[in-house]
Amino acid sequence: MLTKRIIPCLDMKGGRVVKGVKFVGLRDAGDPVEIAKIYDQQQADELVFLDITASFEQRKTLINLVEAIAKNIFMPFTVGGGISDIDDIKALLKAGADKVSINTAAVKCPDLIKDAAEKFGSQCIVVAVDAKQSQKAAKPESQKWEIYINGGRTPTGLAAVDWAKKGAELGAGEILLTSMDYDGTRDGYDLELTKAVVEAVNIPVVASGGAGKLEHMYDVLTKAGADAALAASIFHFGEFSIKQAKEYLKERGVPVRL
Amino acid sequence: MIAIIDYGMGNIHSVKKALERFGADTLVTNKPADIGKCHKLVLPGVGAFDDAVRELKRTGLLDELKNHIKNKKPFLGVCLGMQLLFESSQEAKKEKGLAILKGRVVKIKATKSAKVPHMGWNQLKQVTTSQRHNVISPCPLLKNVPDNSYVYFCHSYYPEPADNSLIAATTNYGLDFAAIVWQDNIYGMQFHPEKSQGIGLKMLENFVGLC
Repeated sequence: MLTKRIIPCLDMKGGRVVKGVKFVGLRDAGDPVEIAKIYDQQQADELVFLDITASFEQRKTLINLVEAIAKNIFMPFTVGGGISDIDDIKALLKAGADKVSINTAAVKCPDLIKDAAEKFGSQCIVVAVDAKQSQKAAKPESQKWEIYINGGRTPTGLAAVDWAKKGAELGAGEILLTSMDYDGTRDGYDLELTKAVVEAVNIPVVASGGAGKLEHMYDVLTKAGADAALAASIFHFGEFSIKQAKEYLKERGVPVRL
Repeated sequence: MIAIIDYGMGNIHSVKKALERFGADTLVTNKPADIGKCHKLVLPGVGAFDDAVRELKRTGLLDELKNHIKNKKPFLGVCLGMQLLFESSQEAKKEKGLAILKGRVVKIKATKSAKVPHMGWNQLKQVTTSQRHNVISPCPLLKNVPDNSYVYFCHSYYPEPADNSLIAATTNYGLDFAAIVWQDNIYGMQFHPEKSQGIGLKMLENFVGLC
């Protein structure tokens, strides 16, 4: 049986792993290669690496760092941040990424998703959706969340659910869905947002943003139907190990790999 | 020496690193002349079916790869690298497969409970030798691998061998499909052993240990 995935996420800035609250107020969490190795030993189901400032500062993702991590882990590895074209994707896959996560460039040029999926296969193209509750009133339910680009700095006016659907239609193999309202708050995932996206697409959805307790993971994987739960703070700062999270879920009947 | 074919399309670091961990010398290459020098060959699975076939033809690797297999030297195809061995794929728009194994590659049928791509960790159900009419010994790559072990999948297509006795392990995703195929010196895996932590490494260790 296919299991639900538990995915630690390394948010990167200046070569270090950091974690903020609602995309700001970043706190240092350590050396990425060392942290990646620990998560591999703990049998994380996957590792996500996001160069969170790349897109904004127009920098390319840190290829060398990706290579250093890839050489040290034997689990699936997704990399995002600053990807603007097919050549960037090719360089990252060559450096050791298994999947690439695209946000800003995909919104600016949706055909990039289509071209990349045709060239490299849908299974390695992830569309990252950073969603925030829209301030504008009187929106239909599915239009409630708006997507942001450039690391959460630029609103787009696009509805998150519609965009996720379009990403899947263009050939994305997975949606990495981050709630900007809940990110780093430790108050739990945005279950309503996650559920809306899960129901709208027929590709896997990775829920991100808000994990503070193991119960939150249970909720997003069961009540909201996410295929994977991504978390940073609760793992980085040593509160819970990946194994503890999986044992908790297994006891409650969620299929996980232990 | 184990040759790892590099189409220039994707990640080969993990498979190289894993093989080296078990004492193998590796050579990452896209040069046909290198293949003959190597006793074993790994064809990793990245990119799209048509592109991969075209690239194998363009570089001249295709003939050397066929020779390698014909000479009974160990061959491991991973994901797309295994699918290419079959006669055809529903993913292909123009190219045919290498037709080294009989059968075809088909798309996973999407249902509400089986999303496409099939992405994540799923279990291997080993086919015991008594179920396999033509084969008398268990698959060497599964030595010391417990039944129902979890491995990492990331694919939208799966192989349907014409001859079921090629199937050494199945995985259930909507239906039971061939996760490991094995015929003489040819091994194919639909999942990624190089991404499957300890269990996957065990299988690669077994590949390194083949004569």
